[in-house]
Amino acid sequence: MIVRLERIWKYFGSFPALKDINLNIREGEILSIIGSSGAGKTTLLRIISMLDMPDKGVYYLKGKENTYSIEQRRSVTMVFQKPVIFNTSVYKNIEFGLKVRGVENGEARKRVKEALSMVGLEDYAKRRAKTLSGGEQQRVAIARAVAVKPELIVLDEPTANLDPQNIKVIEDIIKKMAEQGITVVFSTHNMFQAKRIAERVVHLHEGKIVEVGNVKKIFENPSSEVTKKFLSGELFY
Amino acid sequence: MLIDIITSEEVLEIALRSIKVSGIATLLALGYSIPVAMVIGFFRFPGRDYLKSFFNAMIGVPTVVLGLILYLMLAPNGILGRLGLLYTEMGISIGQSLLISPIIVSFVSNSIEAVEKEIRELALTLGATDFQASIAMIKEASSGVLLSAIAAFNRAIAELGIALMIGGNIFVRGGQNTRVLTTAMQMYVSRGEIEIAIALGLILMAIVFIISYLSNTVHTYLRGET
Repeated sequence: MIVRLERIWKYFGSFPALKDINLNIREGEILSIIGSSGAGKTTLLRIISMLDMPDKGVYYLKGKENTYSIEQRRSVTMVFQKPVIFNTSVYKNIEFGLKVRGVENGEARKRVKEALSMVGLEDYAKRRAKTLSGGEQQRVAIARAVAVKPELIVLDEPTANLDPQNIKVIEDIIKKMAEQGITVVFSTHNMFQAKRIAERVVHLHEGKIVEVGNVKKIFENPSSEVTKKFLSGELFY
Repeated sequence: MLIDIITSEEVLEIALRSIKVSGIATLLALGYSIPVAMVIGFFRFPGRDYLKSFFNAMIGVPTVVLGLILYLMLAPNGILGRLGLLYTEMGISIGQSLLISPIIVSFVSNSIEAVEKEIRELALTLGATDFQASIAMIKEASSGVLLSAIAAFNRAIAELGIALMIGGNIFVRGGQNTRVLTTAMQMYVSRGEIEIAIALGLILMAIVFIISYLSNTVHTYLRGET
């Protein structure tokens, strides 16, 4: 188990955005978090990626209670829904995470090249990242996350607002990440996407996990009434 | 005639002194103003808005007023008279650095505030420490830092009040001189030697344009290259 969340609560003011979350994330799996808007998907992902801390509950990382040390933070990387890009070249964007870890230049060059190759942007190193299209920027963001070789990558709706061609490219990259042994957690509005690439699915509704299971079980025989309604389109997403 | 004046040894010496004095003033001001701008840009604390308003207002402080205050402080019987900075290049540099510090604080703090909050989170999720994430934000705000440095240098090299009151427009062959382009222009105009004043004015304008152009070129190169 790479991550274990026990009785996690997160409040915004007095509003509970996450309620009593218990979740295990297995090493090397692709886990999808589905749910309607406002269900708490991003809040949960931000807690998993240690950008936010829970108000209650315990976060275990590789069996140890998370102390949010720099070593623990460096084992998890998050890719945001809207690609956030440093205002510099593609190369320097990807190199950032390596530089802050003190990776020496030769090794950093090699890893940037590998990451660019993985996302199909081999010839883009010198391009100014902010001039790329939305899909290309998202690929740079993923390459930047992969380059630091994290144990877990968290992606918040990585294909939101992208065209079908870019969606396919990013789904293929997610599969490649898993092939390399990286654990992947991603949120999506798109149930078909979860079905296509995830191994297990978590259904989050109004801040609570209403169902967790493998893809086949969730999509073919959900046990929760809320999940049934969500899958049949009766709930807005 | 203008070319002869511009290329004369005396004028070149004055021009180089202007660049040196205002360059040191800019470096000094950057050194202590950027940390102040970082505090204002990164943190929310009581009185922050008043502090910002103070620095914004100080951008327009008349150079003669600041020059007079500094003169009274640096004069032999002033509270800082012991430092011996009156009528020295360093005295002008320190005075100019105080003049341009509000420009740097305002520009840089505004640039830091304009950088998306997500940049800090991005740096953190890529494994940066808090300090490294702050540096990443400063780098994102580097256009503002550069702009502030150019604006500050231009304000320093073009000001007259401090250079005249603290420097004294001294020019003696082989001596410790404090004559800079603006004080020399003022002197030649008062003497009716307009051609020399025009030549000095052209040099001043050229310096301002060249420094701005070079800074922008270097900035673009550093941003775009691997």
